[in-house]
Amino acid sequence: MSTSAIETKVKGIIADQLGVGEDEIKPESSFIEDLGADSLDIVELVMAMEEEFEVEIPDEEAENIKTVGDAINYITTHKK
Amino acid sequence: MSFKDKVVLVTGGSRGIGRACAVAFAKAGASTVIISYAGNEAAAQETVGLLTAEGAKAESLRFDVSDTAACTSAVEGIVKAHGRLDVLVNNAGMAVDGLVMRVKDEDWDKQLDTNLRGPFALIRAASRPMMKQRGGAIVNITSVVGDMGNPGQAAYSAAKAGLIGLTKTVARELSSRGIRVNAVSPGFIGTDMTAHLNDDLRQKMTEGIPLGRLGNPEEVAQAVLFLSGDASSYITGEVLKVNGGMYM
Repeated sequence: MSTSAIETKVKGIIADQLGVGEDEIKPESSFIEDLGADSLDIVELVMAMEEEFEVEIPDEEAENIKTVGDAINYITTHKK
Repeated sequence: MSFKDKVVLVTGGSRGIGRACAVAFAKAGASTVIISYAGNEAAAQETVGLLTAEGAKAESLRFDVSDTAACTSAVEGIVKAHGRLDVLVNNAGMAVDGLVMRVKDEDWDKQLDTNLRGPFALIRAASRPMMKQRGGAIVNITSVVGDMGNPGQAAYSAAKAGLIGLTKTVARELSSRGIRVNAVSPGFIGTDMTAHLNDDLRQKMTEGIPLGRLGNPEEVAQAVLFLSGDASSYITGEVLKVNGGMYM
């Protein structure tokens, strides 16, 4: 899967999960500070990405995923 | 109190308190009432008949709540088939009585797995669809022995006390999504589980109950119904005792 395809899918998941417009979702957007996510939202996002991309995101890695860019990078690196 | 269009799962719903709960939901207009049962096929079918007679769509699912994978796939199957899950009643339970110095490891494990890990697995599976739908109610059936202890029930009382802690933690975790989590703590109720007690013991226990009698499953079901519906919209993390006053 190409990086841009991953980016599109990740943004789609975020928009769906957090109920925000895709135009608000920028690589530097922080889930909590900019997109209004709470801890349950983060867990749901992580689970949705695990399902979509068939990757496992361990809790200690999930803690480092703070922005949209972090999420895209994680998936790009770990998606087989 | 209306449960119109609600999808309800009651574990251990073929007999006793579980059956009374399932019937109460059907009477209150729940559109779909699903019961799980571990093995008593005839009792499960009889309950399904009672539910259908009340005008509910009824289903029975055979799985053992001590099997966490089965719990997960049961919830996933319900959400796939019905599009939602509004109420989860963790009622399935079992006890193997014996004084603590004689309790076998496997009996301890079996009771913790059924009475505590099962509810955890079902809550874990149900929390996601409930979060997505921004609402739901979970009611865990604990026991007066979780508060008081009871000679011969080390594992059972430990599991039931654990269920109270689980109730309160999950109530806090899921509160922001409109999901309420409560427990009902029955005292001495006339069901198959208490049928084997001899008359002497039964009389001794009744003496300790201010209302002077055993409870019946329908009286527990009314408390479950209350905590599952809008009538209790401001109540979460609560443990409602239904015990005739035997423990206050």
